[in-house]
Amino acid sequence: MPAERSISPEKASLHKTVDWGAIMVNVALPFAGVIVALAVGAIMLLLLKADPIAAYAALVQGAVGSTFGLTQSLVKATPLLLVGSGICIAFRANMINIGGEGQIIMGALAGAAFPLAFPAQSGWILVPGACLAGFMAGSCWGFIPGILKARLKVNEILSTIMLNAIALQIMNLLLQGPLMDPDGIAHGTFLHQTAQLPQQAFLPRLVPQTLLHSGAILALLVAIACYFFLWRTGLGFNIRAVGLNPQASRYSGINVPFYEALSMTLAGGLSGLAGVIEVIGVQHRLMSGITGGYGFTGIVAALLGALHPLGLIPASVFFGGLLVGADKMQRAVQVPSSLITAMLGLIVLFVSGSSLWARRWMAHRDASAALSASKLGEEL
Amino acid sequence: MSGISPDVIIGIFSTMMALATPFLYAALGETFAQRSGVVNLGVDGIMLISAFAAFYVVLLTNDLWLGVGAAVLVGLAMGLLMSVVSVTLKAEQGVSGIGLYMLGMGLSSLLFKVLVGTVKTVQGFKGVPIPLLCDIPFLGPVLFRNSVLVYGAFLLVPLSWFVLEKTTLGLKIKAVGQNPAAADSVGISVNGIRYFSVCLGAALAGVAGASMSVSLLNLFQDNLTAGQGFIAVALVYFGGWNPWGVLAGALLFSVVNSIQLWMQVLGVKIPSAVAVMLPYVLTIVALTVTVNHGRQPAALNKPFERGES
Repeated sequence: MPAERSISPEKASLHKTVDWGAIMVNVALPFAGVIVALAVGAIMLLLLKADPIAAYAALVQGAVGSTFGLTQSLVKATPLLLVGSGICIAFRANMINIGGEGQIIMGALAGAAFPLAFPAQSGWILVPGACLAGFMAGSCWGFIPGILKARLKVNEILSTIMLNAIALQIMNLLLQGPLMDPDGIAHGTFLHQTAQLPQQAFLPRLVPQTLLHSGAILALLVAIACYFFLWRTGLGFNIRAVGLNPQASRYSGINVPFYEALSMTLAGGLSGLAGVIEVIGVQHRLMSGITGGYGFTGIVAALLGALHPLGLIPASVFFGGLLVGADKMQRAVQVPSSLITAMLGLIVLFVSGSSLWARRWMAHRDASAALSASKLGEEL
Repeated sequence: MSGISPDVIIGIFSTMMALATPFLYAALGETFAQRSGVVNLGVDGIMLISAFAAFYVVLLTNDLWLGVGAAVLVGLAMGLLMSVVSVTLKAEQGVSGIGLYMLGMGLSSLLFKVLVGTVKTVQGFKGVPIPLLCDIPFLGPVLFRNSVLVYGAFLLVPLSWFVLEKTTLGLKIKAVGQNPAAADSVGISVNGIRYFSVCLGAALAGVAGASMSVSLLNLFQDNLTAGQGFIAVALVYFGGWNPWGVLAGALLFSVVNSIQLWMQVLGVKIPSAVAVMLPYVLTIVALTVTVNHGRQPAALNKPFERGES
């Protein structure tokens, strides 16, 4: 029997009206988690003989203190939003997608190869074509663990982690071989990157002199679309039903393995799209290190957004800012940005640990509500 | 393949023994945790931070056993954290394990960059030939010229089997993983046994980390383990939650890895990316073809709460 997984108290009902209490709990606990992580981070900074106030000031300054910092935070929020939306969908079907990194790579590979293969085409073909190619490639990379879990009960956490490593090596192989920049070969630098994409495949910039590109708007629309998909369509309903109670779903005639595989395929596709956007929006070529750890940070953003695409939007902006600020902090007070990775881990531990309190609080509230309702019934 | 001499064969199998060592410590430890019903996915993070602890202590003091001790202590601390979150607070184990992994990876990288900075090597454990036995042709150099941590890893296999199958403690661990409500009703502390098993597993993951940084590679760098902790978790599934199965899996993986390394040493024309990819592909294939789900502890991944059936 598959294990019952309950992450958010909000999962308790499929048909829900707006539950303000649940929203409060889902905001307050992640917020507390961030505060705790920042406090532990401050202690670590003190132990490393760095001034935590100066470090955090540099972090905030880097993230929001200038037009460039602010736009850069949104640039980094974009892939987090796309990856996180996919993780929300997968999580709703009870599938934990740790494969974001690999799916980003596969998407970025396809999204870079398409414009490079057809450099003469117009942007109206190249941009949608690259997005579609990347989405498809990422979908394939999500479909594999999805179908393995649905049909053969292969642990999806382990298979996605292995697929991350495999995707990384596929990228290395291609960047050292067929996709390597001909200029790099001619000049003997042999950098592990592709040639620059044709100009017409670049996404338009939203703010001049910055890297903020129209992909940010696309990501926002995708997150909103994911909300409608999950809560306003039959497919989305079935995905959530499968995640809440696979047994009951099976008895009511829902094809459980199909929805499990579908949720992972969509998650992979959205991560793949994040990879394409990173290539055609920011880097304009594919280079090693393209994932930027977004596959993992996206999980943290999704958890902090209570696994809800709309909650994910502020969470992604927050983590985008955190990543940008970390670079500034590294330069200002010489604290390696790996501190942020450790803090992300603490946030995950805290948020996953505190969901017990959220569940207990909800159960207590529902029980007392039921009690008062039954008392009311007796009085009548 | 004309270049295969007996020396190469011995080399492949000796490398296999060394490569299997971290897998064995980590996967046998994880076996205890999973038999008690807890999936600890943070093994890789524990290995990383422990590998750094062992490396740093050896770098400062040149005392190898002090380094291993530090790794065990760090592993225990991480295990305690995992237990609090996953057993007491009943977190979703897949998620909390990833949190533990990120904490271990971030912290080890942070401390390495601040305290050490550049890649340095240490003088790690040396091979200890066992008198007489080491002179047996073929078997001698493969089995009896290894370092202490390698011998320890292989001795841990029968020891783990004995503890799990022949002692009361093992019976309690299995009972808690199979039917926590029943175990609870006969007075076994479900959470106590789970704390013990997770911490034991984490301490062994600590030794696994130390075996990489002060016995196998004798250095530390960012992401030293490259996901070996996750492969170790996969080996527990592959081995059907049984120490002997884990041994078989660890040897299979290590021999493939060893052949891959020797092929590169011998200059066989194979792109290194393909070679590096092999163990990960093998893991997925192994997870797919082994149908061990009947043996899976029934309460795996399920936090225990009194009064819930």
